Amino acid sequence: MVSFKALLLRDLRLAFRQGGDGAMAVIFFVLAALLFPFGLGPEPEALARDAVGIVWVMALLASLLALDRLFQGDWEDGSLDLIALSPLPLELVVLAKALGHWLVSGLPLLIAAPIVASMLQFDPAGLPRLVLALALGTPTLSLLGAVGAALTLGARRAAVLVSLLVLPLEIPILIFGVAAADPAATGDGSTQIMVLGALLAVALPLCPWAAAAALRQALD
Amino acid sequence: MRLTARGLAAARGERPLFAGLGFALAAGDVLVLTGPNGSGKSSLLRLAAGFGRPTAGCLSWDGKALADDLESYRAQIHYVGHQEALKPALSAVEMLRFWSDLAERPLRDPAEPLAALGLGHKAATPCRFLSSGQRRRLALARLVAWTAPLWLLDEPTVGLDDEALGLIAGLIERHRVAGGIVVLSTHQPLPLAGVQSLSLADFPPPRPRVTAEW
Repeated sequence: MVSFKALLLRDLRLAFRQGGDGAMAVIFFVLAALLFPFGLGPEPEALARDAVGIVWVMALLASLLALDRLFQGDWEDGSLDLIALSPLPLELVVLAKALGHWLVSGLPLLIAAPIVASMLQFDPAGLPRLVLALALGTPTLSLLGAVGAALTLGARRAAVLVSLLVLPLEIPILIFGVAAADPAATGDGSTQIMVLGALLAVALPLCPWAAAAALRQALD
Repeated sequence: MRLTARGLAAARGERPLFAGLGFALAAGDVLVLTGPNGSGKSSLLRLAAGFGRPTAGCLSWDGKALADDLESYRAQIHYVGHQEALKPALSAVEMLRFWSDLAERPLRDPAEPLAALGLGHKAATPCRFLSSGQRRRLALARLVAWTAPLWLLDEPTVGLDDEALGLIAGLIERHRVAGGIVVLSTHQPLPLAGVQSLSLADFPPPRPRVTAEW
C-alpha cells in the first residue's frame, strides 16, 4: 500500500506544483458552459431545459483535457519503467492514476457544477441529484479515460486519438447522467443514479485490467 | 544467485539485433556489455529487467526463466535505464523518497544515499535545476537507497565527471564484494579489475534469408 499511496501523492503533488491540468479542467468547464447562453439565447426557459445536458457534455470534455498526459509523461521520461518494476501490480497503478486524475479534474467539477447550473437557470431543487449523478459518473469517465490513455501511449497525436477512442464509450454515462437530473423526466431519477453506480462498479475492476494490459504492450 | 542467458536473440521491431548470445553470472560477477551504438545493449538490459521477450533463447535467474516469476525476480533487481525518470517539479530528495516508497523499501534517511553520490547539498533542489551529471548521480543514488542483489545499469557513466566515475566504480566494487551481480553497458572504460566483458558485435544475427518472390 506504501507504493500505491506514493504514486497517488506524487501525481497530486505534480498536479499542484505545475498548477496546470486540474485548474485548467475547471476553468474550461466553467468558461465553455457559459458560452451556451450566448449561443442559445438568454431565454431562462430554454437554458433551464438544457442546463443538465450542457453541464454533462462540458464535464465529459473537461475530463478529456489532461487525459493524454496521464501515462505519457511517465512513459517519456522512463518513470513508467520504474513503476512497472515496482511490486505494485499495473492494475493498481492504473487505479492510482485514474484516482489522481479524478481528484484533480473530476472532484473540482462537483463543486463548480452547481454554480454553473445555477447560472444557467437550472432549478435549485434538482441540484443535489445533479451533483450525485456527477459524483458517480465522473470517476467512470476517469477510468474509461485511463484505458484510452494507455492504449494510445506512444502514438502521435495521442490527444486527439484518446478523444476519438473514449468519447463513444462515454455515451452511456452521458445518457444516464443527464436523465438522472433532467427536470423534464418523469420519476425521481433514482433508477438512473443506480445505473450510474452500476456502470462505476463495472468500470472499477474492468478498466484497470484493460489499461494494464495496454501498458504492458507499451513497455515491451 | 545466478543469472544465465542461453541462445538469446532479440529484435527491435522487425530488425534482429543479436542472436546466440549466452553468459552465466554468479555472485560477485561483473559483466560489461560493449558494442557499437544500436547493437542491442539497452535491449539486452531491458530483457534482463523483464521488459519484452527474447525472440529466441531464454534468460533465467537461479535456473528459473524470468517470465515464470517476474514479480519476485523484479524485487531483486536495480534497473537504471538511460533515462533518469526525474520530474522537473520535484526535488532530489522527494524523487528518491518516491522511488523507494514505490519499491516498498521506505528510506530511513534519504540524506545518506544523496551524500554517497555527492548530492548532499542538492537535496532540496528541484530536478529542473540539476545538471545532466547530477541527474545521472541522482538516478544512481537508488543503488545506495536500498539493496538488491542484481544491478542492471544502462550506460551509468554518461555525463559523469572523474569524481563520480570513481564513486560508481567504488559502488560496483563494494556490491560485488558483498556478493552481488552487476551487468552494465558502457563506452567508457571503468576503473574495475577482473570484470567479464561481452561484445554484442560478436553475436550478429543471421542474415535474413532472401527468398525469391517469383
